[in-house]
Formats: sequence, structure tokens, C-alpha cells
Amino acid sequence: MHTVKHLAHLLVSLAVTVLLGGFLTAALVRLSPGFGVDEHELDPARDVAALRALQAARPEQGGFLSYSLHHTAAMFRGDLGISRNWNRPVAGLLRERWPVTAQLMAAGLLGGWALALIFALPYAIYTTRILKALAAGLSGLLLCLPSAALALLIFVYGGPMRAVVALAVFPRIFEYLRNLLAHAAAQPHVMAARARGIGPMRILLWHIVPVAAPQALALAGVSVSMAFGAAVAVEVVCDFPGIGQLAWKAALARDLPLLVTLTMLVTLATQVANALAGALTSRRSEVEA
Amino acid sequence: MRGDRSQESEDRSQNSARRFRLLSSDSCLLSSFSLRRVALIFLALLFLAALFSERIAGASYAHQFRDFPGARISWRFPLGTDALGRDRLARLLAATRISLLLAPAAAVFSTALATLIGGFAGYRGGLPDRIATRGIDLMLSLPWIFLLIAARALLPLNVSPAASVAVTFALLGALGWAAPARVIRAGVRDMRDSDFLLQARACGCRGWRLLLRQLAPNLKPVLLAQFWTSIPLFILSEANLGLLGLGVSDPLPSWGNLLRELETDLKFNPGIVACLALMLAVLGCFRVVTTQKSEVKSQNT
Repeated sequence: MHTVKHLAHLLVSLAVTVLLGGFLTAALVRLSPGFGVDEHELDPARDVAALRALQAARPEQGGFLSYSLHHTAAMFRGDLGISRNWNRPVAGLLRERWPVTAQLMAAGLLGGWALALIFALPYAIYTTRILKALAAGLSGLLLCLPSAALALLIFVYGGPMRAVVALAVFPRIFEYLRNLLAHAAAQPHVMAARARGIGPMRILLWHIVPVAAPQALALAGVSVSMAFGAAVAVEVVCDFPGIGQLAWKAALARDLPLLVTLTMLVTLATQVANALAGALTSRRSEVEA
Repeated sequence: MRGDRSQESEDRSQNSARRFRLLSSDSCLLSSFSLRRVALIFLALLFLAALFSERIAGASYAHQFRDFPGARISWRFPLGTDALGRDRLARLLAATRISLLLAPAAAVFSTALATLIGGFAGYRGGLPDRIATRGIDLMLSLPWIFLLIAARALLPLNVSPAASVAVTFALLGALGWAAPARVIRAGVRDMRDSDFLLQARACGCRGWRLLLRQLAPNLKPVLLAQFWTSIPLFILSEANLGLLGLGVSDPLPSWGNLLRELETDLKFNPGIVACLALMLAVLGCFRVVTTQKSEVKSQNT
């Protein structure tokens, strides 16, 4: 009964956040200066009659509230609307482009987590200053570089573009993970294990990792959002036809249906990732209890 | 009298023990103090250089030396000139001035907004807290760069360069409140039920007096930490927006639009190298300042 209630609460919370995101974006786009103006109307060569004809040919937008309600109802029926900029169904555009972003994000997340684990795990058990300086220096350097600049640099020097997402995600994961592991390594039971002469690997695997694992799982949810942010920069800079590039073009063209749908989908994806990580964390805590 | 003296000597011995701990502790706080000082001095010197950029470079960032487009490094142009003949050093210093002046201003704005929202939510609890938490969740669930691109593109793009600077940094300040608000809300919630506030209430301290005299001074370290953490984030975000063509518009220079030269100029470019190096140095200094601040605080406590 408790689980059902928790699940219902989670679903309602997800739906409210996603709808709020959609309404907020729709409101921003509708209130933004120049919304609904066709760029042909800015051409000074056109006379008044041509301008009137263009304005008459423009589809009726309706009020903000009616548009939002209509759009939300259509979304529930599976109709994501028609992109004004591409003049194509939004669902089709998303279907075409999501594999590019998914591949980029998956490779980036795997690479970022692998790098972060490689540097953070020894950090918790060994006190080698060189390793610590190397890890801190590398993560500090990457944290100070804008992801778009990193993408451009790797693009210019012909490096693998998937590495950009990994390199952008790595320092953020590493910093959290290092603090988590350091906190777990300072617990009294770890000190007791050290005093008993248990080996560092055994201490790491049996006494440190289990303590830090729940929060590391929560971090996995957050890292999805980080990876998407880095993927946007990579796709725009390298002209990859993914969701990030689509979002950028939709924002530049003020393509309301596309932007609202993308915002809702991105919000949904990150919220689901966070909720899954949260559910795994709580499940683990329950099992341990 | 003797009691006072023994108390004094006890205090002195405690102080010297604390000083010894600070000097000999594992993380070598003496070096971290000096590192922090070096970082702050570097930032101050750079800020001064950026303020007097025209005197140092000998030209305005927008001045075109039409006889020297794309000039190499020389005594006259230490970083060369760009394709339009503008001195890269002057542009780099002017870009630094913009970042070092406006990123802190945006950080002040976002911290103030976060204090209002997070503080109100944490202090009142109940429905306002739930609404604020939902808003914070929504803002944090959207990837930062996606949020920035969407919001920036909805504002006018064909504005004057000065207006584009104002719009960019105002946007960063207006959108960057969510993460600090979460921390501030948690801090206020902890303090709301603390003993000292309970005692203050019992002594008749209420309303604004309670907020300003009791809560605000105790919240100051949290607010300062959020302010310092926001500055490098905003500098990086401006650079990202500039690189994507949504930041500060030409002829005003910014670190983002200086780095955009990478798109067109693939060969070795001293301007880009200097810009990247300066950016790394400045952000590194901010990292040192924020990290050492929190380390010193945790050591002291």
C-alpha cells in the first residue's frame, strides 16, 4: 500500500513538473518580442497590400491559454504538433534525431563515469600525492573549459567528438564521487577495518563503496542532465543532427510547438532518471535496513 | 585575579594549539592560505589591467588598424590583430573587464533572488515551500545550457552590443537562482527550528527584527559561498553562449565571441591561446578561492 502511494505521488509530481515546464516555455515564447512575425514581413521592399496578404495568410494562433490547453490535450492523444520552422510533424523530427543524441549521451556517460571511477576510487584508498594532484588538476582544467570550446578544440584537432561529452561530464562526476568516497572512507568502521590490517581493495569494495553507493546512484540520475547539456554544445558546434541541435534551431526560429515539446520531453527524461535513481537508492536503503 | 590570569593563559594555549594545528595539518593550510592570497592578488591585478585596458594596449577594442589585418605577434601588437585589424590584446582585456565586472553583478542578482525564494520557502514552510520546491525542481531538471539557449533566443537578438551584454548577464542572473535557492532553503529550514531562534522568539524578537538580526547574520556564510560559486559558472555560461552565437554581440568583445575565431581560423592563433589561458587562470583562481574558503572554514570548525 505504501509503495503504491509512493508511486502515485511520484507520478503526480512528475506530471506536474513536466506540465509546468511546458506552460512556462509556452508563456515565454508567446510573450517574447516579435513572436508570430514572419521574416518576410520585415522586407522593406514589400508594399502594404503584400504585407496584409501575408498577415492574412498567417495561421490563427489563438490566445495563450487556449493554445496551451489545446496543445496539452493533443499531446495526450499522441499528437505533438507541427513544427512551424520545419513544417513537419514534431514526432517525426524527434524520431529521426533521438538516436544521434542517445548514442552521444550514452558514450559520453560511459566514458565520463569510467574516467571518474578510475580517478576517484584510488583517491579513497591510496594517499599518493601524484595521483591526487593529477586527478585534481585534470578535473580542474576540464571544469574551467566551456563545453562548447572543448567541442570546438576537439573538432579542430580532429579528435573523437564523443569524447567531448565524456570530458565535460567527467570532472563534475569526479568531484562529487571523490567527496562521497572520502566521506565514506572517514567513517569509524573503515578506520577500524584499517586498524585490523584489512587490505585496501577489500576495504574499498566491502566498506567504502557500499556506503557511498546510494548517493552515487542519485548522482547517476543527475549526470543524465549534465550529459544532455554537453551534447547540445557538441551537436551545435559539429552540426550533428540530434535533439540538441533541434532545440537550438527551434529556439532561434521561435518554433513554439517544437520548443514546448522538447522542454517537456527533456524535463520528463531528467525527472524520470532522477526518480529511477531515487527509487533505487531508497530500495537499497530498505534492503540494508 | 588569579582565576582571570589562568583563564587568559588557557585561552592563549588554546589559540597557539589551534595555530599549530593550522600550520601542521594534513592539508597544509599555510600553503592553501598563500595560494588563496596569490589567487586573489592575481584576480585583483587582472581586474586593474582590464579597467585600464586601453592604456595598456594603446588602442580601443573596436579600433581597426586597416593596414594591419591579421597581423602576427609583434611589439606593437603583442597578440597580433584579427581579420578586421583590431588589436587582440585590447579586445582580450576588454572581454576580461566585461566578465570580471558583470559576472559578479549577475551572481549578486541570482543570490538575492535565491535568498528571497529559498529563504521565504524555508522560513514559511507548508504550501509556499512546496511551490518553491517544485519550481526549483523544474529549473534544475532542465539542463542549464538548454535553458539558457531557449531563454536567450526568446529575447531580441538584434539589439545594440551594450544591450546584448546587459541581456546576457541579466539572463544568467535571473535563471541561476535555483541551485543557490535549494541550499539557502535547506539552511533556513535548519535554522528555523534551531535553539537560538527559539530563544530569540521567547525573548519577544519577531518579524523583520528576527530575520535581520538573528537569521541573516547566521546565513551570511551560505550566501557568500553561493555568490562565489556562481561567478565562475556565469563566466563559463557566457562563454558557451558566445560560442553558440547567442552571447555578447560584435564589436563588443567577450571571451565567448573571441573563442569563436576557432570556427574560422584553424591555424595557431595567439589570441585564442591567450584567451583560453586567461580564462583557465581566472576560473582556476575562483576555484582556489571558493575551495580554500570552505576548507579553512571546515578546519576552523
